[in-house]
Amino acid sequence: MTVQSPTRTTQSPEAGTPAFVQRSPLKPRPRWRRRLTRLDERGAPYAYISPFFILFGVVGLFPLLYTAWVSLHRWSLIGGQGAFVGLKNYTDVLAQPYFWNALKNTVSIFLLSSVPQVIAALLIAAALDSGLRARTFWRMGVLLPYVVAPVAVALIFSDLFGDKFGLVNHLLGLVGVDPIQWHKEVIPSHIAIATMVNFRWTGYNALIFLAAMQAIPRDYYEAAMIDGAGRVRTFFSITVPQLRATIIFVVITSTIGGLQIFDEPRMYDQYGLGGADRQWQTLTLYLYQLGWTQKNFGRAAAVAWMLFLIVVLFAVVNFLVTRRIASKGQR
Amino acid sequence: MTAPTLTPAPAMKRSVKPRRGTRLVRRTQASPTAYVILAIVLVGSAFPLWWSFVIGSKDSAAIVQDPYSLVPGGHFLQNAATVVTTIPFWKALGNSILVSSTVAVLVVLFSAMAGFAFAKLRFRGRNGLLVFVIATMAVPTQLGIVPLFIVMSKLGWIGSLWAVILPSAVSAFGVFWMTQYLHEALPDELIEASRVDGASTLRTFWSVALPAARPGAAMLGLFTFIATWTNFFWPFIILDPGNPTLPVALQQLQAAYFVDYSLVLGGVVLMALPLIVLFVFAGKQLVSGIMQGAVKG
Repeated sequence: MTVQSPTRTTQSPEAGTPAFVQRSPLKPRPRWRRRLTRLDERGAPYAYISPFFILFGVVGLFPLLYTAWVSLHRWSLIGGQGAFVGLKNYTDVLAQPYFWNALKNTVSIFLLSSVPQVIAALLIAAALDSGLRARTFWRMGVLLPYVVAPVAVALIFSDLFGDKFGLVNHLLGLVGVDPIQWHKEVIPSHIAIATMVNFRWTGYNALIFLAAMQAIPRDYYEAAMIDGAGRVRTFFSITVPQLRATIIFVVITSTIGGLQIFDEPRMYDQYGLGGADRQWQTLTLYLYQLGWTQKNFGRAAAVAWMLFLIVVLFAVVNFLVTRRIASKGQR
Repeated sequence: MTAPTLTPAPAMKRSVKPRRGTRLVRRTQASPTAYVILAIVLVGSAFPLWWSFVIGSKDSAAIVQDPYSLVPGGHFLQNAATVVTTIPFWKALGNSILVSSTVAVLVVLFSAMAGFAFAKLRFRGRNGLLVFVIATMAVPTQLGIVPLFIVMSKLGWIGSLWAVILPSAVSAFGVFWMTQYLHEALPDELIEASRVDGASTLRTFWSVALPAARPGAAMLGLFTFIATWTNFFWPFIILDPGNPTLPVALQQLQAAYFVDYSLVLGGVVLMALPLIVLFVFAGKQLVSGIMQGAVKG
């Protein structure tokens, strides 16, 4: 609303501000100022949100939609746009065993990282939520890996999981387990890569769970303990159901990130193709190889678009499954 | 809020400190199991970093001699010197600082502006647009890299730091975060008062909203900085080997010395050090930021 301090009078002495007389020390606001104020009130909100929306449109939404356009053409990294080919890029990619291999690897690494991670994070959160001494110290300790870049994490774990002289194989040897070919066999390489993801994100998610746990009314626990429920029972019957929304949130975000995994498998060896036989080549790695090694943007875009649909599909499925599991305790 | 599943935040503000009083169940003593679990986690968190220092501080002969010793060697500075001359380390460090700070400032500014409008101004389409913002948090925009690369090459920006900065400068999460923060931290009366005093919206934003937003903005800036600093995929695609950020430079180091882990992990230590120092000073803020509902960047 506009605020005008001068009062209205019948006289109109001057042309510029006919309806006002200078009674107060404040100068009357000229019409253009009032117009400006109104414009400010009406238009300002849009001005404030526009940088976000414009930039998001340019670097976020447009590329995503344009991916579909590129995927319908022959398109080379060097030559640029070629002929319209319809769905040929899709059928070509779907006919490649490499695509299915990459999809399998991606899902496998994702499952190996997300499921144990959520369980471990819940456990750690429960431990953090139990009236510790030196609270901040433990919380920070849990979060430490978060500040280490995935690239660095991958290099460290690639050494720890070395096939010949790795520390992990050495420790396994001490308990009588034969050396595992972490860089050659499929599942071991997935475990190693999933370990990197878990290393970096478990503590982070534990803190999210911890915050949600602290919001659970303490009376619930008191009532349960009066009824004779132990720690384990209260954890499954009160804590987990109460954390439902948070668990769903963590699962969805790790789905979106996990299915696009690139850094860790890229850095697991120096060639970056996902292993000699593509043992750990993920979809994003495959996409990169199509687009920037084979310079086939059309196919790379087709993979990107399919990966997008896969992410959405997984997010929805995970949402439904997690909701199911997390609400079981309530019934 | 519109999407309750996406917001663990609002419920948890209150009960960070347990209420005192006569309680049936005292929650003051943690079981030894809790300490054991956390001690294991702590070792798991710190050991890989310690290990990279152990290996990074030896020469390759020492590693061959005793590959499993947990005691660091005395070779770290030599290794660091080799790393610094092999890859454009200083350039990468400078680039990482420049890119991460610029992105953090831009994200905070744009998010605070949009958050201010969403939280405190009334306008047509507000709810719809806010729902749109929340929905885009779930969109894997990283998958737009192919057209993004085409656009950057049309602009002639391949190899330019701007090509890294601009795509990271918007964050739907940031907008959401600042909207929530300002919603709670900035009373409507303050806005009204400043309007009655004749302040323009810009003035109100600058002198009333921004100061109130400072703690939330600092948190957002910190997380954005870390996320940008550790970002690899897009910079790896768009930047030239001669003008990298730190993660990209680390990839070059790996390509050059994969067989010699002492040098690779020496580089890892060099690269991880700045953020670990940051963690020492700001770790507490990071913890409370996550607990207030921060999300992966």
